[in-house]
Amino acid sequence: MTVETAATQGKKDFKTDGSALKGNFREYGLVLALILIMLFFQFTTSGTLFRPVNLTNLVLQNSYIIIMALGMLLVIVAGHIDLSVGSVSGFVGGLAAVMMVQWHVHYIPATILCLLVGGAIGAAQGYWVAYHKIPSFIVTLAGMLVFKGLALWLLGGQSVGPFPPQFQLLSSGFIPDFFGGTTFNTTSMLIGIILVALMIYFSIRGRTKREKHGYEGEPFALFVAKNLIIAGIILYLTYLLSSYKGLPNVLIVMSILIALFVFVTKRMTIGRRIYAMGGNEKAAKLSGIKTERLTFFTFVNMGVLAALAGLIFAARLNTATPKAGLGFELDVIAAVFIGGASAMGGVGQVMGAVIGAFIMGVMNNGMSIMGVNIDWQQVIKGLVLLAAVVFDVYNKNKA
Amino acid sequence: METILEMRNITKTFPGVKALNNVNLNVRKGEIHALVGENGAGKSTLMKVLSGVYPHGSYEGEIHYNGQEQHFRDIGDSEEKGIIIIHQELALVPLLSIAENIFLGNEPAKFGIIDWHIAENRTRELLAKVGLKEDPLTLITNLGVGKQQLVEIAKALSKEVELLILDEPTASLNEKDSDALLALLLEFKAHGISSILISHKLNEVGKVADRITVLRDGATIETLDKGEISEDRIVTSMVGRQLADRFPQREPNIGDVVFEVKDWVVHHHIHGDRTVINGINLNVRKGEVVGIAGLMGAGRTEFAMSVFGKAYGQKISGDVLIKGKKVDVSTIGKAIDNGIAYVTEDRKTYGLNLIDHIKHNTTIAHLEGVSNNGVIDDMSELKVANEYRRKTNIRSSSIYQKTGNLSGGNQQKVVLSKWLFANPDLLILDEPTRGIDVGAKYEIYSIINQLVSEGKSVLMISSEMPELLGVCDRIYVMNQGRLVGEMPASEASQEKIMRAIIRAEGKTS
Repeated sequence: MTVETAATQGKKDFKTDGSALKGNFREYGLVLALILIMLFFQFTTSGTLFRPVNLTNLVLQNSYIIIMALGMLLVIVAGHIDLSVGSVSGFVGGLAAVMMVQWHVHYIPATILCLLVGGAIGAAQGYWVAYHKIPSFIVTLAGMLVFKGLALWLLGGQSVGPFPPQFQLLSSGFIPDFFGGTTFNTTSMLIGIILVALMIYFSIRGRTKREKHGYEGEPFALFVAKNLIIAGIILYLTYLLSSYKGLPNVLIVMSILIALFVFVTKRMTIGRRIYAMGGNEKAAKLSGIKTERLTFFTFVNMGVLAALAGLIFAARLNTATPKAGLGFELDVIAAVFIGGASAMGGVGQVMGAVIGAFIMGVMNNGMSIMGVNIDWQQVIKGLVLLAAVVFDVYNKNKA
Repeated sequence: METILEMRNITKTFPGVKALNNVNLNVRKGEIHALVGENGAGKSTLMKVLSGVYPHGSYEGEIHYNGQEQHFRDIGDSEEKGIIIIHQELALVPLLSIAENIFLGNEPAKFGIIDWHIAENRTRELLAKVGLKEDPLTLITNLGVGKQQLVEIAKALSKEVELLILDEPTASLNEKDSDALLALLLEFKAHGISSILISHKLNEVGKVADRITVLRDGATIETLDKGEISEDRIVTSMVGRQLADRFPQREPNIGDVVFEVKDWVVHHHIHGDRTVINGINLNVRKGEVVGIAGLMGAGRTEFAMSVFGKAYGQKISGDVLIKGKKVDVSTIGKAIDNGIAYVTEDRKTYGLNLIDHIKHNTTIAHLEGVSNNGVIDDMSELKVANEYRRKTNIRSSSIYQKTGNLSGGNQQKVVLSKWLFANPDLLILDEPTRGIDVGAKYEIYSIINQLVSEGKSVLMISSEMPELLGVCDRIYVMNQGRLVGEMPASEASQEKIMRAIIRAEGKTS
């Protein structure tokens, strides 16, 4: 610990803090890893990875994992785990198929009902974890078996489909082009440009606000470079997607959810309290935080997101199968841990989990294009997960 | 008489603290030697040096045992020589049987296969020696604390003990069990086994000890022979120290009663039939620092936590009044809303999120103060964290330093910041200076003075009597869940407090 005089202490309040930057290093490193992995596959697949059609596929294939990773991040930060998300998403997909295909329920009430069922499932599991202190590993392991079985029973062991065309749009639809372009989706490109403009506006506003209060932000050059690079990447990807069919609907849903969860975890009291609880539950409780209710909430939230993921997956396949959702929980949990969350709770970032999910997704996609066998894909993914966590622990011990 | 153990000039230093300073201890063969002193005087540290918990080389000085100098590297080494220590917190595995516990790590076995027949028979013999009539297959969890203590002693006997060390063996025993245990010690003495008895209960010590060594502030004060032993003599020896400028001055400005507890009764959080707090009535006035003195296990923490949103105990009854009005303190949130804050005695387990930085730890108990509609305002949070860092003089690189990397004193200041920001009327401080060096202690006292000068009230629990005398305006003495004394600090003295405790101990045990 450094000891300093009172005189320097006052000044230090307003200086850039080294440790905050260091905390961000991990996120930068993760982005860098994703970019390197993408470039690697871009090279080994002779340019297939970045083709607009493949990029679109990449988004569609990974959307449900990313959506569940958002909920899983909160669960893991809170110090728990949810093994049931794969089974729950499969069950809800089956429920949606039965309602829409066999009972001819309109797709809007059916969707809402499915999300509510997801929330109820999360509540049922969260109840035991939060209020009876049953280890989440056990409760959700039971849930995994229960909902896998219920999905089989619900579908009678058969695939049920196809879904109404409007419902399919959830997964296979794209932002319509109001400019009537045939080869290029101008609306999508415009959305991308507006998004970038908003992003730059908000980061400049935040910076001036800090400076007005006398707090120094990161160096100006770094600030500009960071914003330009992020803007460039978003614009380029939007351009690629627009030159195929445009922005997929599911990408819009996903982006809104990511933004929402970043906001909740970084800016809202409820997010802060979840981190405090995961870091030291006893201390959080003695600080007046209602830890039981908070734990319960994270599981309800997880249930709703698992249900949404199940709907997206079912809409994408245009059929609900008893095997849907099998093993999803592993990809979701792996994404969160690759993203830097701690199995002990209290540590983890939404963007980390999203990038972690994309790292897994790009590897799946790239290795498939390269023709790597599914067996070796598993081996490599497993090793990457281990390497990411070992790297984290090693860094932490060094610090 | 022949000397079995001689510890010469033992000095043990921890980073920043000299826990033992040239301590000498001399134990004769076949005697019961009592070791007394206040909490933190260095008794347990000395015993850890002796038993090898702190290995040879980590301390200065010499240990001579049976005439030979010893270099114990771990507990195994000292146990081999027949030195067995029984800790205050019993080290038994609750869900294993008596026999399994007695021979744990020392099982009568051939090729790794345990001969339970031998184990059970030997257990029966050992249990007979300590006078415990229980089946060797009974699980530890089904025994009371007193019987568990006897199992620990039987375990020690299974290892051919020559020198038995008991650290507060009767602290959690009732009178009958205590007497049985002391009788057992006398019986061992008749068989030539020497014992070192650490105890706060001076009446017990007087009953069985042949000699007494008094430790204070990590140094040997004196060794008394049986003839010289009197409670007065021991108390004076234990606490006789000067209060120099260790406490900042303050002009008390005391107003009306702010906080009042009436007929407070609390039962044990697991054993609902055990009363932990028994009918406590106390009050704290505006601008007043009130202390609660007592020995470890007197129920002070349990009392404070039960008042703070029923964070401890069950079947709690009684009333809490703030400024004369009855308030609901049934949850921690409500207690905080009603203006009560509790600064825990164990800041690492109950006070801080050690993996997070100072800023987040400062605001967590009062996020409403830096947020609108659940959205945290970054700027005001930064301002608050920096303001309290300066106010409490936290030494860190910035408010983004992880609290886990701070020293004990600075961690304590973060916990204080957290509760100061919550702006309570009454701040309950539980051992606010435990494990903190003298300089940081002074700063904490200054913060307390600052607080009461702003019109807040402080209820302070401390096991360090000089601290209570130096900081408080009024002192309550608690013993075994009851208040056994109340005195203005101007009339209080360490002797008076000790007497109040010992008088109460004498009545109940």
